[in-house]
Amino acid sequence: MIGPNGSGKSTILKSITRQLKVVGGNVFFDDTSLLKLPYKELASKMAVVLTDRIKTELMTCHDIVATGRYPYTGRLGILTQEDECLVEEAMQAVHAQELGNRDFNAISDGQKQRVLLARAICQDPDVIVLDEPTSFLDVKYKLELLSILERMARQKKITVIMSLHEIDLAQKISDKIICVKGETISHYGSPEKVFTEEIIRELYGINNGYFDPLFGSIELPAPEGEPEVFVISSGGTGIPVYRRLQKEHIPFAAGILYENDMDYRLARLLAAEVITEEPFEEIREETLQKAFVTMGKCKRVINAGVKIGAWNKGIEKLLEKAEKEGKL
Amino acid sequence: MEQTSFHQENFRRRTRYTAVFLILAAVFCVVTVLNINTGNVYIPVPKILRILFLKEGAATEYNIIWKIRLPRILMAALLGGALSLSGFLLQTFFSNPIAGPFVLGISSGAKMVVALTMIVYLKYIGRFSSYTLILAAFIGSLISTGFILLMSKKVQHMASLLVGGIMIGYICSAITDFVVTFADDSDIVNLHGWSQGSFSGMSWSNIRVAAVVVGLAVLFTFFLSKPISAYQLGEAYAQSMGVNIKTFRVILILLSSILSACVTAFAGPISFVGIAVPFLARKAFGTSKPIVVIPGTFFMGAVFCMICDLIARMALAPVELNISTVTSILGAPIVIYMMIPKGGRK
Repeated sequence: MIGPNGSGKSTILKSITRQLKVVGGNVFFDDTSLLKLPYKELASKMAVVLTDRIKTELMTCHDIVATGRYPYTGRLGILTQEDECLVEEAMQAVHAQELGNRDFNAISDGQKQRVLLARAICQDPDVIVLDEPTSFLDVKYKLELLSILERMARQKKITVIMSLHEIDLAQKISDKIICVKGETISHYGSPEKVFTEEIIRELYGINNGYFDPLFGSIELPAPEGEPEVFVISSGGTGIPVYRRLQKEHIPFAAGILYENDMDYRLARLLAAEVITEEPFEEIREETLQKAFVTMGKCKRVINAGVKIGAWNKGIEKLLEKAEKEGKL
Repeated sequence: MEQTSFHQENFRRRTRYTAVFLILAAVFCVVTVLNINTGNVYIPVPKILRILFLKEGAATEYNIIWKIRLPRILMAALLGGALSLSGFLLQTFFSNPIAGPFVLGISSGAKMVVALTMIVYLKYIGRFSSYTLILAAFIGSLISTGFILLMSKKVQHMASLLVGGIMIGYICSAITDFVVTFADDSDIVNLHGWSQGSFSGMSWSNIRVAAVVVGLAVLFTFFLSKPISAYQLGEAYAQSMGVNIKTFRVILILLSSILSACVTAFAGPISFVGIAVPFLARKAFGTSKPIVVIPGTFFMGAVFCMICDLIARMALAPVELNISTVTSILGAPIVIYMMIPKGGRK
């Protein structure tokens, strides 16, 4: 579930988990209305990992995970041998077995999040609801947490419903994407359908940046103005140069790029002007002239590395001219 | 590997629980004996045993033990345990270790209504039963708790809530004093001793009533240890584990009110026990698992109050201190210690 801050992702999740009263509509769980399901029964079907930070006192991680067995234990909540095994299994699933005897307050945010996930796993649910599980985590833990979730979903056939801020990760991990925008669900479907430039820009109201659905990367806005630098590159060599120029706010032109070159995908977002050629064609005279004009306007030319072959001999001429003018 | 280390940990914990309970039991026995044999009249241990178990001995000593000292100890134990447990429940409810029946003004609320009831009854009816007092105290507790709950909806910050509680306490005390000023002389004597808090003058019928009320409440609380353990992770998690939060919160408040009301009805307001003892119990057992901490807190509260009562009786004998003086001196430093952040904590 993706959407901008304050769009109501948490509200939806809280309605699903019955923490909030459903304002309108209804939630169904296998044909049963959520409102008719007793709390106890719901607990054995749905587990949650929330954003609320929990305050504990003198509780080990093992204790925390063990609370997941709550719906299954007897009146006094004493764990059986079987429960203990499941707790242990859940800890292993999130690679947290070494944390078992540590105090929950003494571990890092990433570890806490994993322990809470283990708690949810050992509740043995059909559905796990997570509200922004990756906030506060660094890249390593983010990836780790998400891959644990993915594995669990595949192996144990658990439905994972979660809200994520990292749209790039959401795109890669989800089977279905729900876009929440204010009052409505603006889009719902497979990541391929939802992650288009327009939908994402509209969803988040981005007007100062770009999202590339193919790479799932997020780009800052292009520097404005007439191109000052001309970048010649191919096959990805231009990307670091583009980023550098953008950081320094130097508008630039890029060329001559084939439209299937990966440099082109970024150049089209960041460059002030891109001179392109149809893929696998010899560079036409017309295109070359266009490049000469643009290069003429630029103060400098950067050769980020380009392989000259039979088709792109034109670039050689471009480089020669730059050399002659002392711009290279 | 992991399995074994985990089992070791489990074993280590159980050993610790057992050890702490055994120590408490030992202290309990020692304090009981001390409490019985010290006082204006010293009674040696062999005599005590004979009087207690064989019910024989000199009439004076027999009476001192059976009519004065034994009821007093039992009451101190019962009420001390009840008060501590009430504190534990409030701390769970507010998920804050500083909460307790005294600081939140709940004891004072109970005191106010009990004072009013006493005066009205003494004037118009002449006598009152233990149940009347408990009921009055319970109503008083609920009035204060109601205020606190109303406030806690508006005030998010725990510090403000505590200040509010203390203010409610002062208001109730002021009203109590005001009422006492207009009471008859004979009432004042009665009220004064009581409103300062004391375990003296307990009768067996008092004990019977207290034992029934406290016993039931404690038993009930013990069977709540499972939802309490879920609640310790926060409301949202508790609910996701199948706890009906609304009902649970109401039960929690009712139980803690009954427990503290019972204490106030018999012994007057007693300070700091409700905060200090649950804290000590958690530290001693090294866990906050309700299933261990609930009986542990009750037991420790009993021992704590017996020791305090012993000090109250003996420190400046033959003058008797009121019990709150002693519990404050012992309890307040513990509370201060609790508030000082420990090194190494983030």
